[in-house]
Amino acid sequence: MSFLEKLLAIDRRIIFLFIAIAAALPLFFTVKLHIEVTPIVNNVYNALEALPPGSKVLLSMDYDPGSMPELQPMAESFLRYCFLRDLKVIIIGLWPNGPIQANIALEEVFKDEEVKNRNPQYGIDYVNLGYTVGNEVVVERMGSDIPATFPKDYTGNKTEDLPLMKGVKNYNNIDFVYNLSAGYPGTYEWVIFAVDPYKIKLAAGNTAVQAPLVYPYVQSGQLIGVLGGMKGGAEFEIATGKPAKAVKYMFSQSVTHAVICFFILIGNFAYFATRKKKGS
Amino acid sequence: MRREVPLAITAIVGFTLIVVYFIPHPPFNHFRNFFEDLFFIVAAFAIWLGCLNLLKVNADRFYFKRKGWPFAIVVWFGFFLMVIVGFWDGRGFMNPGTTFYYLYDILYYPLNATMFSILAFFVASASYRAFRARNKEATMLLVAAMVVMLGRVPFGYYLSSWLPEGWRLGNITDWVMDFPQTAGQRAIMIGIALGIVSSSLRVLLGLERTFASGE
Amino acid sequence: MVETIGIWIAAILTLGIFSFLYKDNPFYKFCESLFVGVSAGYWFATTFWQVMMPKLVDNLAAGRWIYIIGGIFGILMLLRLFPKIGWISRWSLALVVGTTAGLYFTRYLVSNGMVQTENTIMPIFVTGNLPQTIGNLVIVVGTFCGLVYFFFSKEHKGTFGGFAKVGIWFIMVSFGASFGYTVMSRMSLLLGRLDYLFGTWLGLIK
Repeated sequence: MSFLEKLLAIDRRIIFLFIAIAAALPLFFTVKLHIEVTPIVNNVYNALEALPPGSKVLLSMDYDPGSMPELQPMAESFLRYCFLRDLKVIIIGLWPNGPIQANIALEEVFKDEEVKNRNPQYGIDYVNLGYTVGNEVVVERMGSDIPATFPKDYTGNKTEDLPLMKGVKNYNNIDFVYNLSAGYPGTYEWVIFAVDPYKIKLAAGNTAVQAPLVYPYVQSGQLIGVLGGMKGGAEFEIATGKPAKAVKYMFSQSVTHAVICFFILIGNFAYFATRKKKGS
Repeated sequence: MRREVPLAITAIVGFTLIVVYFIPHPPFNHFRNFFEDLFFIVAAFAIWLGCLNLLKVNADRFYFKRKGWPFAIVVWFGFFLMVIVGFWDGRGFMNPGTTFYYLYDILYYPLNATMFSILAFFVASASYRAFRARNKEATMLLVAAMVVMLGRVPFGYYLSSWLPEGWRLGNITDWVMDFPQTAGQRAIMIGIALGIVSSSLRVLLGLERTFASGE
Repeated sequence: MVETIGIWIAAILTLGIFSFLYKDNPFYKFCESLFVGVSAGYWFATTFWQVMMPKLVDNLAAGRWIYIIGGIFGILMLLRLFPKIGWISRWSLALVVGTTAGLYFTRYLVSNGMVQTENTIMPIFVTGNLPQTIGNLVIVVGTFCGLVYFFFSKEHKGTFGGFAKVGIWFIMVSFGASFGYTVMSRMSLLLGRLDYLFGTWLGLIK
């Protein structure tokens, strides 16, 4: 067996080891990288900047811990931004983990000194309406009646009694919707069941797996913009002037991508070289 | 009775929802709201059905000593731990500081997150073993993947910063994503939409009835 | 103290799942089974407090008896567990299927069919912006040829086959981009766990 054939038949655990090292090692270093804010993320930031203070923003948390490294930084940077800009946040979840992920993000955001000074109050500056089963039917039902869809918040308070929810009947009373999505139900469902029938303004943060699927919605104007994966999250952090977790991970992310590209090139080189040899 | 009732329920509910799209006024919108509220309750019971079925399957596995039967106890333990604590904590069970929140943090979160994270290794292995430029189509796939992989991280910027603005990897990635990628995705999207529309109509008209007959 | 114990448990479970990378083993199986049980328990409790209580129990307690129909349909759904009378659960299933089909029929037709088609054709030529015009043309050609590729009622030969060929190129670029993004996604998830192990657990990363 030649060297190249051995290279092709390499034990997969050796590849695993390379990836583990490539991902872990850069985490120990703090490297300041150049991160450009792409137009698709800038669109989201500009749309948020255009909202006057006091605007009501709906945050739909549609993911679970499996997508936390990608979407949790987006949730934190978005909540931080909203509290500092005095935007009122209504949190819901189409995934059962959404509301608890929101609480985890809020705990983190409340550690920020600037946010602490603002002292956001539950029921006045933000509410967490919890989760309702039903996927896209939930999105559809909210178009006619939000308090009927979420009669109580996640702790059992009557939704209509919460000061922030006074006068909020349906999407007509929501200024902006921000969806953090890891799959179904998520951005697709928000576009199909809320943007087109109820004309809401929607922006999204997606896992990188899902981001390419929603690009046609951005081109058609159904979606204002999208934060794609951890890089999208890092761009948003840069745009809001508060670099945080996503920016921190970018060095590791870069190294792992480079290693994967290297693997692809080596794999192809070995494959074609051995094929040529066999052919001759 | 076994087949006709489900078909009738499907047609009544489905066509009401289609009518209300064009006439969103009383009484149709009231019917829509009512059907949707029923949907939520039934969907919640469907989740319970899944959970109870999981318990049943694992009880069988344990009772008949099927392969891996000791792990059936672990499934039961995990299930009842969360349910009992969740019920005990009451309506505010998701509040920071509750036992349920703690268990979520130390059990659900690490298990779920790690389960998905191991895919990173398999993606890497697949890239090395199976990602070959065997023909024109495969080469296009490979090139697009590499451009996006490099162009979407800061590394791509440093690799191509010597190029004029507009021709760097980041710019090329933006162009690929905004145009050819969008075109391909859109073709798939429209194709799926047409498929969903025709399947929905077949279901509502009773032409597709496997769900009602169980055959 | 409680927090430290929690971090240790989480770290050990993380290592348990990672142990599968070496080979399948009982420690991994334990973690996997625990995950299944805990997930189901989480869903069960969450559904009870956030759906059953506000949507069924509270409504009935408030005298809105019409919601009893939802409860009946729900219980019919549970009859699936009993093979002899399991067929009754199809009535509840019919409600779910009917709602989904009714909503999907109009919404998918509008959002993913008509709006997408309309936005493909609309602004092709943008005065004074050649790259955008070229891009728009790419979208028109790519979408049309991609759809031709999915048309299987006619054999992919001649001019038609040529369009289908171009269509598959565009679809390959889309898959390539999706693969690139998938790599990004999976690596991010791994980084999250490694950060937990080396940072939160071992305290080696600040």
